[in-house]
Amino acid sequence: MTTEKLELFEVFIRSKRGLDHKHVGSLHAEDHAQALEYARDCYTRRSEGVSIWVMKSNDICASQEDDAESFYDPSDDKPYRHATYYVLPDPVNNM
Amino acid sequence: MSDAIKAATLEYATRLGDDAVVLGHRISEWVSYGPFLEEDIAYANVSLDYVGRARMFYTYAAELADDGRTEDDFAYMRSDRDYRNLLLLEMPRGDFAYSQVRQLLADVYYSLVLPELAKSKDERLAAVAAKAVKETKYHVRRSRDWVHRLGDGTEESHKRTQKAVDQLWGYTHEMFDMDETEQLLADNGIGVDVSKLRDQWHKEVSAILTEATITVPEDSWAVRGGRTGYHTENLGHMLTQMQIVHRSHPGCQW
Amino acid sequence: MTPEEQNFMRKINAEEKIEPKDWMPDAYRKNVTRQMSQHAHSEVIGMQPEGNWITRAPSLRRKVVLLSKVQDEAGHGLYLYSACETLGISRAEMIEALQKGTAKYASIFNYPTLTWGDVGAIGWLVDGAAIVNQVSLQRTSYGPYARGMIRICKEESFHQRQGYEALLVLAQGSPEQKQMAQDSLNRFYWPALMMFGPHDSESAHSAKSMEWKIKRETNDDLRQKFIDQTVPQIEFLGLEHPDPAIKWNEERGHYDHGDIDWEEFYSVINGNGHCNRQRIEHHVAAHEEGAWVRDAITAYNDKKNANKIKNVA
Repeated sequence: MTTEKLELFEVFIRSKRGLDHKHVGSLHAEDHAQALEYARDCYTRRSEGVSIWVMKSNDICASQEDDAESFYDPSDDKPYRHATYYVLPDPVNNM
Repeated sequence: MSDAIKAATLEYATRLGDDAVVLGHRISEWVSYGPFLEEDIAYANVSLDYVGRARMFYTYAAELADDGRTEDDFAYMRSDRDYRNLLLLEMPRGDFAYSQVRQLLADVYYSLVLPELAKSKDERLAAVAAKAVKETKYHVRRSRDWVHRLGDGTEESHKRTQKAVDQLWGYTHEMFDMDETEQLLADNGIGVDVSKLRDQWHKEVSAILTEATITVPEDSWAVRGGRTGYHTENLGHMLTQMQIVHRSHPGCQW
Repeated sequence: MTPEEQNFMRKINAEEKIEPKDWMPDAYRKNVTRQMSQHAHSEVIGMQPEGNWITRAPSLRRKVVLLSKVQDEAGHGLYLYSACETLGISRAEMIEALQKGTAKYASIFNYPTLTWGDVGAIGWLVDGAAIVNQVSLQRTSYGPYARGMIRICKEESFHQRQGYEALLVLAQGSPEQKQMAQDSLNRFYWPALMMFGPHDSESAHSAKSMEWKIKRETNDDLRQKFIDQTVPQIEFLGLEHPDPAIKWNEERGHYDHGDIDWEEFYSVINGNGHCNRQRIEHHVAAHEEGAWVRDAITAYNDKKNANKIKNVA
């Protein structure tokens, strides 16, 4: 396998100026410069983007599936963070 | 539900509500005083969890009391002699090490109490506990990581952390005391027998402290009284501040 | 114009965003940095006047609402500091400028919060005014700033409503509560109008900011929008409007209003508000007290990394 010495990179593409970069996928490359070129070849063949970011997959620290409950569920019982929680009479409801 | 069980459950829900509101309030005192912005935000989350928990326990207590009182009557219209929270939780904010050590001692405690309470025959208590268990996992991780960093950080942070542990240790013993009320509930599968959790708590806390290069104190002193309303001087001041607006306008809505 | 400048202006004129790695004139970079860091500082200092009431909130519901709102301010400060860092300035540098007084923050936060009513008034009027401004800034030309604003506006939608709701309860409550609401409105109304900045004719940065589309609407236009939307809200509360000159002008399609006391505005900006010194001292004290904690993190991480290297070797 020729890819054995290559590293895994994650690719992020900004589809239009003014929008965030979004994760689109990954690829193998030997360094950042090559990853950027491959990203262009692999992920923007139909002019999907105006800007590309690449980063080593190993540099990503991800939350664990097992943590989902302790990470996200506590927000479920905090409805007061949402505007709809505050019921205002019609004449002033447009704020 | 028999009258005796109902009265005990009301008392129990009130105690757990008192615990949560007092600690939630103490943490909220950190907002805008944190060591950096991320910590202001994170600590506020923990405070929100605890105050939210207090509201759930008080709401249940109010339903059991069935005398027209609301969650706010429990929080705002009882004096320090009526409060039944653990003394550890009412200790002042202190420095960042003091607060994080207190947090660790409390978080590990609840991480043991709540899974037991989630098995309660009282569905309401079980439901509140089941919710709170989730956030507690996160709380323990947070306070554990902080105690590691502070204990094994610089000479100064180590000194502050060790001092906090030494100052707070004597207030942890009453966390595992049982009285008649709690024994009755434990015997009926409603409340948690906390006396059985002491060893596990000691083991887990000791492991974290040791890894943080902090010496686990000898059990040479103990102060008790929270569950009987015999508090330290700190709670009166805390409640004075917390209740001032509410009590200045009797019967008003907010 | 150099080719770079031409390209830059072409993007501005075509309503395209300027992104961090794009070429931009130094003056643009400086202008956006100034405005964004000032905005970030305002969020962070803004935690203090409302934070002043967290421990005294009169109900548990109000307590969690206020706590989560102040937490949002911290969060928004964080987003804005981060967005500003894409321009090559560090958060530490920004904080230093704030503490030294070379960077400003919204002057409104130099007014004291004296009663619970002030928490409602700040949510309703101060956040209300900020939202008018921020909605406009969602179209600002610097990409990270515009995206930050979109996120902030979305999160902030509850801030104004909770404030108004709190005041509504007071206005419909006991005579003392109603008085509390009126007093808060009276004290915060004018400072809220001043949040939009001086008249366009007096504003030092306005013209260039408009040309570069950093600012999208003028101070006076935004202020008028706010004045107009606030009149029916005050009426609904059944409170007296703090501006006796407020009057609908059919021809303009806007409310006419009384003169703003600019002398007071500049006096507070220049350090003579009730809380200018207190706000900065609070920030400095918290920052300095946090130093040993930050040092501990660094030391801990150094040890951990050293151990890793040892284990590998």
